[in-house]
Amino acid sequence: MTEDYREMWTHLGLDLDAHDALLGVLGGAYQDIFLSQKNRPEGMKYFDFVMSEVHGLRIKELLDEKKAGRKIVGSYCVFVPEEIVLAAGATLVGLCSGADFATPEVEKLLPRNTCALIKSSFGFKLGKVCPYLESADMIVGENTCDGKKKAYESLGHLVKNLYVMDLPQVKSDQGRALLKSEYQRFRTAMEALTGAAVTSESLKQAIQTVNAKRAAIHRLSILRKADPAPISGLDALLANQVFFYDNPARFTDSVNQICDELEKRIAEKKGVFPAGTPRILVSGCPQAVPNWKLPFIVETSGAVIVGEESCVGERGARNLTDASGETVDEMMDAIVDRYYQVDCAIFTPNPQRLEHIQEMVATYRADGVIHYGLQFCQPYLMESFPIEKALEEKKIPTLRIETDYSMEDVGQLKTRIEAFIEQLR
Amino acid sequence: MGKRFAGIDIGSRTIELVVVDTSGKIVDSLQTDTGFDPMTAARKLIHGMDYDRIMATGYGRNLFEISFDTLTVTEIKAHATGARTFFPDAHTVLDIGGQDSKAISLFETGRVKKFEMNDRCAAGTGKFLEIMAKTLGFDIESFGREALLSEKDIAISSMCTVFAESEVTSLIAGGKNRREIARGLHTSVIQRAAGMINRVSSTGDIVFTGGVAKNPCMRQLLAETLGRNVLTPEDPQLVGALGAALLAMEIP
Repeated sequence: MTEDYREMWTHLGLDLDAHDALLGVLGGAYQDIFLSQKNRPEGMKYFDFVMSEVHGLRIKELLDEKKAGRKIVGSYCVFVPEEIVLAAGATLVGLCSGADFATPEVEKLLPRNTCALIKSSFGFKLGKVCPYLESADMIVGENTCDGKKKAYESLGHLVKNLYVMDLPQVKSDQGRALLKSEYQRFRTAMEALTGAAVTSESLKQAIQTVNAKRAAIHRLSILRKADPAPISGLDALLANQVFFYDNPARFTDSVNQICDELEKRIAEKKGVFPAGTPRILVSGCPQAVPNWKLPFIVETSGAVIVGEESCVGERGARNLTDASGETVDEMMDAIVDRYYQVDCAIFTPNPQRLEHIQEMVATYRADGVIHYGLQFCQPYLMESFPIEKALEEKKIPTLRIETDYSMEDVGQLKTRIEAFIEQLR
Repeated sequence: MGKRFAGIDIGSRTIELVVVDTSGKIVDSLQTDTGFDPMTAARKLIHGMDYDRIMATGYGRNLFEISFDTLTVTEIKAHATGARTFFPDAHTVLDIGGQDSKAISLFETGRVKKFEMNDRCAAGTGKFLEIMAKTLGFDIESFGREALLSEKDIAISSMCTVFAESEVTSLIAGGKNRREIARGLHTSVIQRAAGMINRVSSTGDIVFTGGVAKNPCMRQLLAETLGRNVLTPEDPQLVGALGAALLAMEIP
């Protein structure tokens, strides 16, 4: 990295030594996990570049936007509607939460038995290593699981402008009404932040921008149903992760370019692994950068991941927002309709999630499902039992794993995953 | 002389080597402690051994694969395969080794249907029993026999090896009978194993493999707790290596 960025990071208040250490580990992991893969699509070079500049050039772009008067909004959840952020003239970025950092400091504020994702979000703040968080003019928290909603009470003391969005837990008329009123309140808050009104033109444009980004990811997802798989699960996950960081229009173009290449590969029956490689659907908790532990183990044990039923994946990106409305109110309703369908495990009951898993198994021709649960994540771990039972009744082999971001259980996980893959052969 | 196939099971505590002939009969078997340098121990074990093909299993299998350029199989499939040679109708296998334990259910064909495995720590494994035996002043060979001499057991609430050890120490200090404590420790391991078995299979005989299956108290409590028949091969610690040897033979 150049001195230019060091000045920028210092200015953002990052702890340069800790940040160097983080980038060192990240760079090494990226080399070992991604660049060592065989038969990667050429188009992945764009994502390699994005990752090499994830704390550099992309941050500079955001700071340039800020200089030009644009606001940056950070979020931890797919329930924060990017359409409204864009329509108010701001930029939405996902915040860092995929690695353990500054754990002893975090455990002064949070119980040890808090999930790795929440601990990580605090660790990046307390360790002063997330330039996205430090660039953000507003951080949006959301009342999803108990862990997150209580953690935001403490996070509010650590960051300047924390906004907490309430979310329903039951899909009912009242639940939908709550989501609608919360999105309206959010729109008002965004307008206050940027000083720009959300208009029918700006909202329509925003919906189209985000829809294009989602449509590109849908196109990528559906190409993964081919055997041999034209792209590794690791690389596809990376695209889904970059979804949260990159400039939306540029991301859309880059994903579409990769899809053009993958279509050619499929026509030539070329893939990343031989035809007949066991195919796995991963379902459960989100996998944020740089949490590549599970797919790395799976794809170095003789299987390929063909889909992620996850917030960083299809649960988060499924469904477009209807852009046909003419008024702001009509389009706000369409946004509520779209997000109301997200089948997060905080909802009770949540039968759509099981339906979607089965649908994805069929669409992507998966041979088995790995349910990925973060330790102490009650919503997903609770759902993992009935999901396992229901899938096995349908003769879909299922492996339930519970893990965190540490590397201490890699040997155990490898044995379990290899044995699961032996079952699928 | 016909072909010979070897299986090596590189566990956390011990390494077993089994060689079979083309009929699947065991013609050679060796065991050694893993120690701190498993590849050197493995190299010594295979030195001078005559075989046409070898397959590795156990937690050290990937290291062995790299060092000796061989094929590997997980302990789960290896134990399932090995257990079936002794008990061809087996549908459920419990393997408790040095540092992990697994419950496996099988299809009619012998293929693995489902398995459960303990989490990252040594709770409920051979290592746990070994440390507890030492704390109580028993040697590991007689630990199970001594425990069986007790009519009742003292409940042990901690499954964590570290916590259980201090719990046992305070029970000893409290003047409790050490055989009763020993039986209580066996019961706590069996309850955990029973939970894993129930998640993969609810009826039928259980084939108990791995070094811990040599412990008579474990066998008896397992049968009593689940109300199911428990079958144990003569050398249960060799089952993983035997399974690997048989799988080495199956390769065309």
